[in-house]
Amino acid sequence: MTQPLDLHAVSAHYGTTKVLEDLSLSVQAGELVSLLGASGCGKTTTLRLIAGFLTPTTGSIQLGGRDLTRLPTHKRDIGLVFQNYALFPHLSVLDNVAFGLKQRGVGSAERRKRAMAMLERVGLAALADRAPGALSGGQKQRVALARALVIEPPLLMFDEPLSNLDAKLRVDMRVEIRQLQRSNGTTSVYVTHDQEEAFSISDRVAIMNAGRLMQFDRPEVLYRRPANTFVARFVGFENIIPFKVVARDGDVVTADTAGMTLRLSQAAYGAIPDTFLLATRPDGLVVSTDPAAEGLPAQLGLRTYLGRAYQYQCETPAGHLVANGSLTTPLEAGTSSKLVPMPEQCTILANEGAR
Amino acid sequence: MPDRPHPILIGVAALVYLFLMLPLVIVVGAALSDTTYLTFPPQGLSLRWFENIFEISAFRRTIVTSLQIALMGTLIALLIGIPAAYALNRFRIELPKWLGTLFVLPILVPEIVFGFALLKSFTVGTGAPIFLSLLIGHTLIVLPYVVRVISASLASFDFSIEEAAISLGSAPAKTFFTIVLPNVRAGVIAAFILAFITSLNDVSVSLFLTGPGISTLPIQILAHVEQFFDPTVASVSVLLMFLTVAVMAVVERTLGLTFLAK
Repeated sequence: MTQPLDLHAVSAHYGTTKVLEDLSLSVQAGELVSLLGASGCGKTTTLRLIAGFLTPTTGSIQLGGRDLTRLPTHKRDIGLVFQNYALFPHLSVLDNVAFGLKQRGVGSAERRKRAMAMLERVGLAALADRAPGALSGGQKQRVALARALVIEPPLLMFDEPLSNLDAKLRVDMRVEIRQLQRSNGTTSVYVTHDQEEAFSISDRVAIMNAGRLMQFDRPEVLYRRPANTFVARFVGFENIIPFKVVARDGDVVTADTAGMTLRLSQAAYGAIPDTFLLATRPDGLVVSTDPAAEGLPAQLGLRTYLGRAYQYQCETPAGHLVANGSLTTPLEAGTSSKLVPMPEQCTILANEGAR
Repeated sequence: MPDRPHPILIGVAALVYLFLMLPLVIVVGAALSDTTYLTFPPQGLSLRWFENIFEISAFRRTIVTSLQIALMGTLIALLIGIPAAYALNRFRIELPKWLGTLFVLPILVPEIVFGFALLKSFTVGTGAPIFLSLLIGHTLIVLPYVVRVISASLASFDFSIEEAAISLGSAPAKTFFTIVLPNVRAGVIAAFILAFITSLNDVSVSLFLTGPGISTLPIQILAHVEQFFDPTVASVSVLLMFLTVAVMAVVERTLGLTFLAK
């Protein structure tokens, strides 16, 4: 039942504007993949292309070897969950869930039985006869989920399904969605702009920007080893410092930036090019007042309290950086100090030219 | 906010209602008068002027014609107007803005000019039958109301509901009938009633398009008052009011119920 999804070199235009460029993406059978990015990045366009509400200008879309590219939506057999639930206001909860079965010619008694069983699974069997308008946001989204799941689609897609819910419910619902998806083993595509949501729920995440795929990998890899400056900034690597290699000694590379020299092991970071960018999150750059410390000289600016640390806005020869400092010794603005990179929390990016 | 509305507000509201209701009361009163001339308050009570309507064959014929034209014109306008309103809303972004305005044009032109133009260019030009000219004229003047009212209904319709149905395997054409139409039911009923009444009461367009042997009720009333001053016109007006209310009730019932039945 569960099938792999393949997008091959898909491009799409709205009028003359290119909204998606040469996107290739493979989702394995049973996998949940998130499309993550800011609005206008092309994630919703991608979902609408897979659903068939849009037709790609070039490229092809395949589901379990079946070519979907030119197939009308109602023949694609895809379960869709919408941001605004999109329940049928004139039908009862039960009839909403049974709608897809009716289209498939399932008999009335069987329809009712299967729709009830699905409502049971999302915990709403007691509300089967209600009108959708009488439900809360969370209940509506459960009905929408049941309606999409009951047709046992080979592919399930979610378009920002939790954006209209409050924060607490959002976390509960995403766990619920993940559990249902896991137990059904349905291949799923999940569109969101919420990084935490995408990372927590997905097997793999595709980060998109301006109609292009920036990186497609497991959340753990995206979080620790972003492939480019866009993804690095997106996942919170606020400090990106340009370096130049000045000496190579076997595995160890010595590199310079304004005011600091750093020795890095290629065993830890992989091959290091002659010019590169060192990227860290604020907690990978530690404020030290020890004059002997090996780090970037910095003037501390505004201090903010994060609970687990103090955070400082710093001015350095390498530009404006954000670093964390110990909770035991809060430092005043204007203090001269050193910013020491924690090697295990740094990653190395290719220098993409102009910063 | 005070619990009770201000006395002045109540007074003004009462005056408005009086203003709206008084003509109706006077017409009903005059229709029931036993005199051979129009008068209010009625002198004596009689239904003879109602009987008189049906004794004058021109009234009998024009009532039927008016109902036929109003019903057919409204149905044709709905057949054109519902898909047009749907397209205008569904493809709001893709379609040029002036396209929607196009459907309002028939009521922007003074109706009397519209009627005359239709007579000159269509009836005289093509020699089309009078009934057909009347039907086309009425369809055109009620179409703007149909498009506007149903558009207003569709403006609050969430088209992702339609997409949801299609994604669940319902073909687009079928989805229009099973999902879109039931959710704009109120708009369709309102459009029907508004269009029907507009057509039934129209004078300006019909004035030019009626001809030998075929006329509409309002035109017949006009012709009657030019010659007689008896209360027949008052009773016809009352009859027209009841017909309108009856049609509204029937539409509300049938359209309302058929759409509710899944």
